[in-house]
Amino acid sequence: MLSLKQRRSLNTLLMGVLAWGVALAIFFPIFWMLLTSFKTEIDAFATPPQLFFSPTLENYTLVNERSDYLHFAWNSVVVSFGSTIIGMMLAVPAAYSMAFFETKRTKGTLLWMLSTKMLPPVGVLVPIYLIFKDTGLLDTKTGLVIIYTLINLPIMIWMAYTYFKEIPKEVLEAARMDGSTLFQEIWRVLLPMSKGGLAATVLLSLILSWNEAFWSLNLTASEAAPLTALIASYSSPEGLFWAKLSAVSTLACAPILIFGWISQKQLVRGLSFGAVK
Amino acid sequence: MANLTIKNLKKSFGETEILKGINLEIKDNEFVVFVGPSGCGKSTLLRSIAGLEEVTGGHILLDTKEITDLAPAKRDLAMVFQSYALYPHMSVRKNMSFALELAKEKKEVIHNKVAEAARILELDPLLERKPKELSGGQRQRVAIGRAIVRQPKVFLFDEPLSNLDAALRVQMRLELARLHHDLNATMIYVTHDQVEAMTLADKVVVLNQGRIEQVGTPLDLYRNPANRFVAGFLGMPKMSFLPGTVTALDHSSVTVELTSGTSVTLPAASEHLRQGSAVSVGVRPENIDVVEPSESSLTGYMDITESLGSDTYCYVKTDGQETLTVRMPGNFACNYGDRIGLHLHVDECHLFDEQGNAVQKPSRLAA
Ligand SMILES: Nc1ncnc2c1ncn2[C@@H]1O[C@H](COP(=O)(O)OP(=O)(O)OP(=O)(O)O)[C@@H](O)[C@H]1O
Ligand SMILES: [Mg+2]
Repeated sequence: MLSLKQRRSLNTLLMGVLAWGVALAIFFPIFWMLLTSFKTEIDAFATPPQLFFSPTLENYTLVNERSDYLHFAWNSVVVSFGSTIIGMMLAVPAAYSMAFFETKRTKGTLLWMLSTKMLPPVGVLVPIYLIFKDTGLLDTKTGLVIIYTLINLPIMIWMAYTYFKEIPKEVLEAARMDGSTLFQEIWRVLLPMSKGGLAATVLLSLILSWNEAFWSLNLTASEAAPLTALIASYSSPEGLFWAKLSAVSTLACAPILIFGWISQKQLVRGLSFGAVK
Repeated sequence: MANLTIKNLKKSFGETEILKGINLEIKDNEFVVFVGPSGCGKSTLLRSIAGLEEVTGGHILLDTKEITDLAPAKRDLAMVFQSYALYPHMSVRKNMSFALELAKEKKEVIHNKVAEAARILELDPLLERKPKELSGGQRQRVAIGRAIVRQPKVFLFDEPLSNLDAALRVQMRLELARLHHDLNATMIYVTHDQVEAMTLADKVVVLNQGRIEQVGTPLDLYRNPANRFVAGFLGMPKMSFLPGTVTALDHSSVTVELTSGTSVTLPAASEHLRQGSAVSVGVRPENIDVVEPSESSLTGYMDITESLGSDTYCYVKTDGQETLTVRMPGNFACNYGDRIGLHLHVDECHLFDEQGNAVQKPSRLAA
């Protein structure tokens, strides 16, 4: 028999191995993409796959010559930040009223909003395409901001609602007694108290918008096309070029990965601060 | 300067009526305590005064100004919550100065007022801490400090001490009493702790199921409860009730035969009682003595005794299967099952009619 202490350390060890295994499994495709982006097309195609090769930057220079990376990147930035800002401006008041002034229908409304996410987007592609065409929103950043805001709003409201629910109502009532207006109550008490959760909401919305490909492919051509459209443009017309595709994918993912990595520390701190009542 | 007048206040949540027409006058500088069993609507009444609940009917007036539909921020009342409800992201200083900042007070005025409140509540060393770095009692003091810096017209407290341990509760109770004297402020205080009600209040309001049962000074309510509910609610241990039937009565006394067959004659002005009326006799534990069985016609057996050191509480079963609580001195000794006699101080007993309303005692002058 193992002693309790031994069993505990064995447990820790097993958990560690498991965690590392999962982390590696998640990380591996990204790692492989990064690796492939530095190979020549021939190396990239080789079987068995090569782990050791002479790295080259030619994919990156080629991608840069052929397409205006910054143009696409800028579109991605504008569209994801734009939709996130507008989304938060709508989600916070909505979640506030649902969390603190609950009625019989609140739960139903929440579920209904979420249920819109269950509809396959392709089901509404034609009507939305036609609306966009008629209103001149096709291939505009405004159009993408609108559609991203709308598709992410249910999740943002849901998340904000969950975080607000954890805040004791009395604290807001205390602010009301202290003489704050509705805006001051939200801005000076509610938001600081839930900033960890709201930061997570913002981050999620940014990531979802950044990575969104269905609507951006269908509703943009060149003017407003974000990075996801750029990646796609490398996969179809001239057959498959794994190395170049990897290079452009790396370029598309890098900003959001770096952003996520930087904000992670703030996020964790924010989340743990919010937990104190 | 603040008189608060509540007229026929009603509040419903959906179909259920919680406050069923409350009428109340609260005078300047008064310390008013709302007591009542859990769920009777104390918090709802307080929150309606605060403006945190929208009322269904009636009026609330602060001095002569109608505030019934005013936003809480505009009422100039301060509230101390049971859960303290401090702003967790602000330091103690910020918590206390928040309201003043919102009111756009000058920096130095704010600084002085916070310093003054901190001095009164002994919070000086804690001003830069966050609420999570404070103990329960300290948090409670900050919550009170947050209220007093504003110099509101009325202070509202909703069970502010119920999250504290017993010793701290006694200490804070004294501090609140002192604060009331020092600030000369109108305070409304909700509690279900009757010691707090008895010791703090100038005026006690007993609520039951959304109605006011009785309003009066603590001693007035204790000595002259208007009905069985108030009589049973105030007093620790509780008043005992002995059911009985009226056998004889005149203009200043009533004779009641108890279930055990014993008759007692109480002073009472008995206008609507007649022979055969069902009544109950209320006896406080301090108004009964345990005596030798031979010395009294009311006899029974000792059930449990609880020795508290200063007092001994005896729970007694009479031969008529009535249960009684008796308070005896701390050195009183008795065993489970001992046969005993009981001596009622009839002048101090209360008589209640079938509806539970108190039968008036004849006024002392007339007697
Ligand atoms: N928001 C609400 N919606 C529906 N019913 C409510 C609501 N708030 C309170 N009630 C009901 O109103 C009644 C009175 O509640 P209230 O909180 O005023 O009681 P209380 O006297 O303060 O009790 P306690 O001593 O337990 O605090 C209770 O029956 C409660 O269930
Ligand atoms: Mg309550």
